[in-house]
Amino acid sequence: MLNYIWIFMMIISFVSAAITGRMDETLQAFLDSGKKTFDFVLSVGGIMAMWSGFMAVAEKSCLTEKISFFLSPVISLLFSNVKKKSPAARAISMNMVANFFGLANAATPLGIQAMKELDLLNKGKGASHDMCMLAVINSASIQLIPSTLIAMRSAAGSANPGEIILPIWIASVITAASGIIAVKLCGAGEKL
Amino acid sequence: MRIISQYAIPVMVVFIIAYGFLKKTDVYGAFAEGASSGLRSVVNIIPPVLGLFAAIGVFRASGAMELLAALLRPVTNFLNIPESLVSFALLRPVSGSGSLAMANDIFVNEGVDSFAAKTASVMMGSTETTFYTLAVYFGAVGIKNTSYAMKCALFADFVCFVVSMWICRLLF
Repeated sequence: MLNYIWIFMMIISFVSAAITGRMDETLQAFLDSGKKTFDFVLSVGGIMAMWSGFMAVAEKSCLTEKISFFLSPVISLLFSNVKKKSPAARAISMNMVANFFGLANAATPLGIQAMKELDLLNKGKGASHDMCMLAVINSASIQLIPSTLIAMRSAAGSANPGEIILPIWIASVITAASGIIAVKLCGAGEKL
Repeated sequence: MRIISQYAIPVMVVFIIAYGFLKKTDVYGAFAEGASSGLRSVVNIIPPVLGLFAAIGVFRASGAMELLAALLRPVTNFLNIPESLVSFALLRPVSGSGSLAMANDIFVNEGVDSFAAKTASVMMGSTETTFYTLAVYFGAVGIKNTSYAMKCALFADFVCFVVSMWICRLLF
């Protein structure tokens, strides 16, 4: 599906550019995307490698094992093929912890680590149920404090910049739950 | 609140290092090893990010998003949804920095305490950039067939849009 959406976006954009007469800007944006990609990778690549380093320290000292112990009920509920105390369970736990504290640059490399562990358990060629689950949970991540957003609202002169926190928590939980249920249903449908 | 977000990273870093030291782990060696494997992951995500940035770049510059929002206008007008929110909801799953910039535009143009601004804030905070997450996670392990992940993630994004509007109408 990522494939079709990508094709759709590329084609529809150049067609729209022809209609709206914005071909110059569109072409410029197309050519700039190469530079933007490397700017992005340079700006987050170092900190991603840094967090992978700290993750390895936590792994070596068996700290991740302790953390995954507390999260193991959640993990076995969500991921059908992940065994307790397995490397996959440990990596998923660390990814969840990082997401919860809003450490996006830490959550991504930890999530990729978890994805690699799940790929080792994957028997098919495409994405397994557990891989879909991990990706969907991360795309609907639950965050404790949306600090960037509050700073932005306060800079824009909001009377109460923090009043969106409670609605965000409620919406986060409902969004994550609907994603999880959707993955579960799709997984169940696949087995039939 | 501010204290928690300010201290989350320092506390985590010190705790991980101190714990490793107390358990007599080769902390620095493990760190270097992990950072090296992290760097390989970073290299793996370059191609999917490049593809994504190209698509987002042309999509935003060409006015395709406005055309799509215009196509949806009969439905959204009927449901009394501000047009800026529709564009925002279309951009949210595609581009993180783009939707953050757009949220700021809504804050400035319609007032930071308007319904549209509050709803955009709630949507911004309660979901991640779906395309980026999926492209990076699956790209890093070289999986092209993402099965039903995209369908489910977009469904969650749609639920997020509806729920955010509902909560903001209810609470504010």
